[in-house]
Amino acid sequence: MQTTFIILILLLGFLITFQIAKASEYVSVMRGEEKSRKQNNRINAFLLLAFLIFGLIGVYYCNEKYGGKILQFGQAASDHGHDVDNMLKITLVITGIVFVITQAILFWFAFKYQESDNRKAYYYPHNNKLEVLWTAVPAIVLTVMVGFGLYYWFRITGEAPANAMQVEVTGSQFKWEFRYPGKDKVLGKKFFKAINEGANNPLGQLWDDSTNKDDIYIPPGDDMHLVVNKPVRLIINAKDVIHDVGLSHFRLKMDAVPGTPTTMWFTPTKTTNDMKRETGDPDFVFEISCDQLCGQGHYKMRGTIVVESQEEFDFWMAKQKPKFYLAHPEKDPDAMKAKADTVNTNAAVMQQPK
Amino acid sequence: MSNEANIHGHDEVVTHHEVHHDEHHVHHHKETFITKYIFSQDHKTIGKQFLITGIIWAIIGGLFSVLFRLQLGFPEQTFPILETFFGKWAAGGVIQPEFYYALVTIHGTVLVFFVLTAGLSGTFANLLIPLQIGARDMASPFLNMLSYWFFFIASVIMFSSLFVHTGPASGGWTSYPPLSALHQAGQGSKIGMDLWLVSMAMFIVSSLLGGLNYIATILNMRTKGMSMTRMPLTMWAILFTAILGVLSFPVLLSGAILLLFDRNLGTSFYLSDIYVAGQILPNEGGSAILFQHLFWFLGHPEVYIILLPAMGMVSEILSVNSRKPIFGYMAMVGSLFAICILAFLVWAHHMFVTGLNPFLGAFFVLLTLLIAVPSAIKVFNWITTLWRGNIRFTPATLFAIGFVSLFISGGLTGLFLGNSTIDIHLHDTKFVVAHFHIVMGVASMFGMHAGIYHWFPKMFGRYLNNTLGYIHFWVTMIGAYLIFWPMHYEGLAGVPRRYLDLREWHSFNKFDDLNKMITVVSIIVFSMQLMFVFNFFYSIFKGRKVRTQNPWGSNTLEWTTPINPGHGNWPGEIPEVHRWAYDYAKDGREFIPQTEPVGENESTDH
Repeated sequence: MQTTFIILILLLGFLITFQIAKASEYVSVMRGEEKSRKQNNRINAFLLLAFLIFGLIGVYYCNEKYGGKILQFGQAASDHGHDVDNMLKITLVITGIVFVITQAILFWFAFKYQESDNRKAYYYPHNNKLEVLWTAVPAIVLTVMVGFGLYYWFRITGEAPANAMQVEVTGSQFKWEFRYPGKDKVLGKKFFKAINEGANNPLGQLWDDSTNKDDIYIPPGDDMHLVVNKPVRLIINAKDVIHDVGLSHFRLKMDAVPGTPTTMWFTPTKTTNDMKRETGDPDFVFEISCDQLCGQGHYKMRGTIVVESQEEFDFWMAKQKPKFYLAHPEKDPDAMKAKADTVNTNAAVMQQPK
Repeated sequence: MSNEANIHGHDEVVTHHEVHHDEHHVHHHKETFITKYIFSQDHKTIGKQFLITGIIWAIIGGLFSVLFRLQLGFPEQTFPILETFFGKWAAGGVIQPEFYYALVTIHGTVLVFFVLTAGLSGTFANLLIPLQIGARDMASPFLNMLSYWFFFIASVIMFSSLFVHTGPASGGWTSYPPLSALHQAGQGSKIGMDLWLVSMAMFIVSSLLGGLNYIATILNMRTKGMSMTRMPLTMWAILFTAILGVLSFPVLLSGAILLLFDRNLGTSFYLSDIYVAGQILPNEGGSAILFQHLFWFLGHPEVYIILLPAMGMVSEILSVNSRKPIFGYMAMVGSLFAICILAFLVWAHHMFVTGLNPFLGAFFVLLTLLIAVPSAIKVFNWITTLWRGNIRFTPATLFAIGFVSLFISGGLTGLFLGNSTIDIHLHDTKFVVAHFHIVMGVASMFGMHAGIYHWFPKMFGRYLNNTLGYIHFWVTMIGAYLIFWPMHYEGLAGVPRRYLDLREWHSFNKFDDLNKMITVVSIIVFSMQLMFVFNFFYSIFKGRKVRTQNPWGSNTLEWTTPINPGHGNWPGEIPEVHRWAYDYAKDGREFIPQTEPVGENESTDH
């Protein structure tokens, strides 16, 4: 009903506008085309000026309204995020100045030099000095922007510090899985043909690689845990199609490409609790968004991250169980101990992942 | 078309081009409806065919954007009428995810390729090249006709893909594999994707046939006196556009064909290490990123294929209607050339976050930001062209000024995205959507509108309704900024593109009012475009008649033809050219057509 109503109103508006337009054409013919052309010219020149003024007011209003919603701009939650925010600020200032000046003169000239009987256009085909000037100035300004940009770029994409912790992220339609290297700090080898979800091996870990035995697997839906002020290096994979690890609060992003592992590193500088306090939002959570179209569930391919202190992290980590033992319950020392102690065969089952 | 008989019955016309037309004397064939309007080899008719097909696609593509905007603006609401029309794709009156992605994919593909490439270059290259350089037709009218019909075949295939039961392609207009390569990855990766690829292949053939023809015609068939540096800037822009297309479209063709192989013949060009839908695939050793290189090697020049013709037409229209020469003609040509070269060297700036070597990325940053230099030159030159002019605000002029404004806005946000540091954060967010819609989509559309308003009298011998033109401009201009300016803020907040529902996201779910506003405005703007289409078709038959040969007081050759030029364009000899196209306001004269010999006492500033 409502839809029909809207369509009817649109149609009516359509008809009315068309009739007015047609009538105005007749009127202009009767009044003398030259006269009404000149009037139209004045109206449009005035509108162009009005557009400039209201446009600039609109730009200001828009910034007032939405400037506060862009995720603590200037206070990103990671060290690299700060670099990105700084580069954004430099670019915003430069482009902001250019934007206002060029738009202002464009519309001002249009208004000022509207057709008038008292003026003749000025034959002005070129001026080499001016053209060199406005080739050179943008070139210099751009050099500055490229300079800053590359300085930050190499800082962000440079080698991760030696003490960085490693976390492996694997994307697949439409979920995120994580893997921590465990006590040996080495992620075990894996191969896609070894993937077997039925046998507790969703990542395709190769169990004959002994470095795999202590690797911790975090299933989809569970948080990735990171330590505040400790660099972390993400090793990013995808199983099926291209995904992208998007970390908006950290201002970072990296594609997950099947067959080609990628990496990125950063240092979170605020804990989840810090962010709750800063934003005054008790439900605050760091989110991982998939930023590369990956199929129909793309828009809800969500992961979450908890940033916490080292103690909290250690406490959490101590509760995790290597995937190896979940895949091979018969080799799990805890389970064997439990079996021996209580002869309770259910214990192994209890250890199954949530 | 009244002079049609004129040119075919003629005997007196003998020029150096006339050799090609000897066949007319032999056959004395009669123009039937089919040869005149359907399988026509006349460049003007082919141009109109491109334009009208482009308009039809623009309506489809625009309608799709309204549909997915409904979902974005009102995710909690149901629209039963959608279920009536689209059945299972909008079950319960809610746009289903597969449908949403199909809509954005087809919207992007259609607007980029069918509207802004075929509809824009195809129309104005065909219409203007022979008219502005002084030729009877294109170098090969037959290839030219084939170019349209390949486009038509591409259109039919793409259109039919909308009706297959698994739906059309839905992997985005970039259709990155493996998503687009694996049937198991989604509904849109099934037969719809094959049809998409075949359609694109046909389209590329069309664009190559067209492009080669444009280049050959501009280089070889200029009339006497029309040196390259006397050509109007539209011609330069179209020449560079055609060169870009001819050099880069084949790369996309190879990319598309390899993808077809991967999909149907079991090859592994783009596939490696894949476990999809519970199945381990045998493919190893391919690279998913290879496709992105191939795609963007066209994809980036494509942006300029879309933009350059608009730039050329805007230069011409601003100059004519300011009654002043274009400022810095050689700088304008030089900057077109620079953009054309740089367009080939920046493709990987779409790939900063694919794991591209950061050192390599640095070069792409440098080269990308370098494009801002020729772009700045163009903007300053357009502004200086307005300075001390005597500006007539025809709808075409307004759209041209709107183009410059949008090009500035969208160009400046390009400096954010081209800088890899910022791109890490903004890549694939709404910021990108806002950026490219302003600078490439809307700006080029403005260029196209400017061109249509300006050359409509030449195409059909009638004027478009002026008042509707003004309303069209103002609604579209205000609407474009209302839709896309605030969208940048969503992008700065990290809102990813291609998300149809933000409600589950803690970081992103605070733009409800904004998304509603954008949807409402886009419906209004879309209705306005329908009004324009109505004006277009109405005016073809009922518009005010053109009574003077040169209604805009323009210097270029197309206005020396009869009001309704027939096949062959000039009934007599092709005019000779004695000067550049921009002698406006020179020596106190309002305009001096290119055909006028240089006077004895004329100042020699150019």
